[in-house]
Amino acid sequence: MTDDSKQDNKRDGKNDRRDFLRKSLLTGGILAAGAFGFEKVFSADKQSGEKVKVLTADGKLVEVDSAHITESGPCCTSPKESRKGIPGRKFVMVIDLAKCEDTQKCQKACQKHHFLPQQDKWLKVFKMQESPETAPFWMPKPCFHCDHPPCVKVCPVDATYKREDGIVLIDNERCIGCRFCMAACPYSTRSFNWSEPILPAEHAKDCYSPETSVPRKKGTVEKCDFCPDMLRQGKLPHCVTACPNSVYYFGDLNEDTVTNGDETVRFSELIRKKSGYRYLESLGTEPSVYYLPPVNRIFPFEDRAEDKNG
Amino acid sequence: MNKKFKTMNDIIKPVNDEEAIQMLHQFNEDLLPKKFGRIGVIWTIFLCAVIINGLFCYIKQLRYGLSVTGMGDIVSWGIYISNFVFFVAVSLVGSLITAVLYLLNVNWRSPLTRIAEIIALACIIFAGLIIIVDMGRPDRILNMFIHGRIQSPIVWDVIVVMTYMAISFLLLYFPLLPGIAFCRDHIPGIPKWQKWMYKTLSFRWKWKPEQFQIVKRAISILSVMIIPVALSIHTVTSWLFATTYRPGWDSTIFGPYFVAGAFMVGAAAVIAAMYVFVRFYPRYDQYITDKHFDRMGILLVLLSLIYLYFNVNEYLVPGYKMKGDDADYLTELFIGKFAPMFWSVQILGMILPIILLMFKKFRRPFPIFIISVFVIVGAWFKRFLIVIPTLLHPFLPMQEVPEKYKIYVPTYPEWSITFASLAGALLVITVFVRYFPIISIWEVAEERGVSHDVIYKHLNEGK
Repeated sequence: MTDDSKQDNKRDGKNDRRDFLRKSLLTGGILAAGAFGFEKVFSADKQSGEKVKVLTADGKLVEVDSAHITESGPCCTSPKESRKGIPGRKFVMVIDLAKCEDTQKCQKACQKHHFLPQQDKWLKVFKMQESPETAPFWMPKPCFHCDHPPCVKVCPVDATYKREDGIVLIDNERCIGCRFCMAACPYSTRSFNWSEPILPAEHAKDCYSPETSVPRKKGTVEKCDFCPDMLRQGKLPHCVTACPNSVYYFGDLNEDTVTNGDETVRFSELIRKKSGYRYLESLGTEPSVYYLPPVNRIFPFEDRAEDKNG
Repeated sequence: MNKKFKTMNDIIKPVNDEEAIQMLHQFNEDLLPKKFGRIGVIWTIFLCAVIINGLFCYIKQLRYGLSVTGMGDIVSWGIYISNFVFFVAVSLVGSLITAVLYLLNVNWRSPLTRIAEIIALACIIFAGLIIIVDMGRPDRILNMFIHGRIQSPIVWDVIVVMTYMAISFLLLYFPLLPGIAFCRDHIPGIPKWQKWMYKTLSFRWKWKPEQFQIVKRAISILSVMIIPVALSIHTVTSWLFATTYRPGWDSTIFGPYFVAGAFMVGAAAVIAAMYVFVRFYPRYDQYITDKHFDRMGILLVLLSLIYLYFNVNEYLVPGYKMKGDDADYLTELFIGKFAPMFWSVQILGMILPIILLMFKKFRRPFPIFIISVFVIVGAWFKRFLIVIPTLLHPFLPMQEVPEKYKIYVPTYPEWSITFASLAGALLVITVFVRYFPIISIWEVAEERGVSHDVIYKHLNEGK
């Protein structure tokens, strides 16, 4: 926990608003991590003599023996805890299609942090062309974290759920693998672990949390999770930070603020000025991901090598 | 005696009790289960072999996950699901023959009710099993009950399928009670365990007319109960598709469309079974006559016409508009990759049977059996065409997925398991026929004027 705050303080925000966003996210992160640390206090019985101060969920500062605290990483929020979401938040993403030149850095970061193999891509970058006469463009597509999620509606066991902060997650310790959510999702967002997932040895035994989606489990459904483990630490999702062209804006609808790492702007202003829209609005799923149209592009459209050949 | 029962209308009713008793003896002799001949044994061994092969493949699937199937993130439901829909469809026939015809007071139905009921029960059992096979985590099946959410059509399906299974079982069992008692009292030289089984299952049936009255009352109550449940199982099964947004599934008529198709394939299944029984049991043609085939043929034409009507609505209306999202999917069905299967199913499995069965000579046992087999096979592939092409036409382009996800070819284990489930349903029917009368003796007796009093008096004589 103390590590996170140090890291966060070290980083200099480019303006006040960004700092503010970070800090408010951070508070949530500390509270959750504190709650976890406090739980650990009662489960350990060794003593080391070295005392450490931790913040409990109800805001008290308590001193405990350092041996009582296990280094579990800040992300291991229990399945029960991860159903609640980060209080007071409503996450939103804006993707500026004008800036995307298909570097796939976002995708690589996502693959790396979720230990995904080549064939499973939670974040896909589509080559879109509405009709033969219209210009092609690249369209990165994460999970839309819909406000009326068709996938959540059809889940028979409440394994996938909508949290109060807008994020749709999957509890892979409850999922029965019926794949109804995959049929219900109109955006082909979800993927399935058809066989035993291969994980790096050091992460295979990690404690499971729906917020990290790691370790992945055979016979269950998974998808883009908006990286709630990062959000709890006050950081941005991996795809947002990895993008060299600042395509992604991420933020909070309640605060009406989004940031792409370079600039922090009013969400409503951005959407109004650049005619933001949501994909397949007519389905009524109310996605949390908005697109800015691919106008005045700064890059020429270049096809991928494999597409050129094929 | 033989000539008497050639057709249903020529039934000669017994003039006195003595003749009635004589008739009853004849029924028992003809209809009580018999040991299988060579073909019966080979058939049973064949079914067992198919099932064992399927079980081996299922063990492999449990070990390596669903990756042993041809499914992928695009086609996330394959032939397991289409087979499930097929089973649910066929199982609907129980309610049609037993309940609908019963309530309509159709008098020729009595030799067919048990055939329909055992098909219904066998199919609904394997519908339940095949859906477990399709699950990624069958070990977590209890989550359905621990964490079940009533919003999900899958939970509705579990509820109605289980209710249907229970009512179907009772609708098979109540009329069977006197049948088991016939077996208990009238099959000579059976092994001890078999005697014990009949004794236990017949619940000390005493042939009292009051008992018959209770059974008949139970049948009429269950017949009314099963109709809404039967309509629900297939309607809810259609909603597994219709509650999604995908082109091809996003249809408001999916409920009645599925129910109509189910009645059609169910009637065909009963006709096929009727033919097999008449063919292998020499005296059964006295009970399941040409007239029964003829009547079932007319029923099949009627049901197929209703299904044709729904097909016109389901395919031609969207086909007239060729709306953006539907266009690719429909083109693929009409003239694309799935066209050979689509037109074979529509023509051989529906249109041609309708035309042929309009002629009386095609409603004779052998031709109608062949036509029914075409209808059944067509119906299986129709479910394939309902499930798979839609999944291959998502809203977003199929990019950034491995090439193997863009096509769907069922694998050997997948086929093995599917065939094992079909063989399993047939084995249930086969074993049932071996140990229980497949034509209800007392109902046939009743239809032919042998009163319950006569049965009671006769069977309790000398006791």
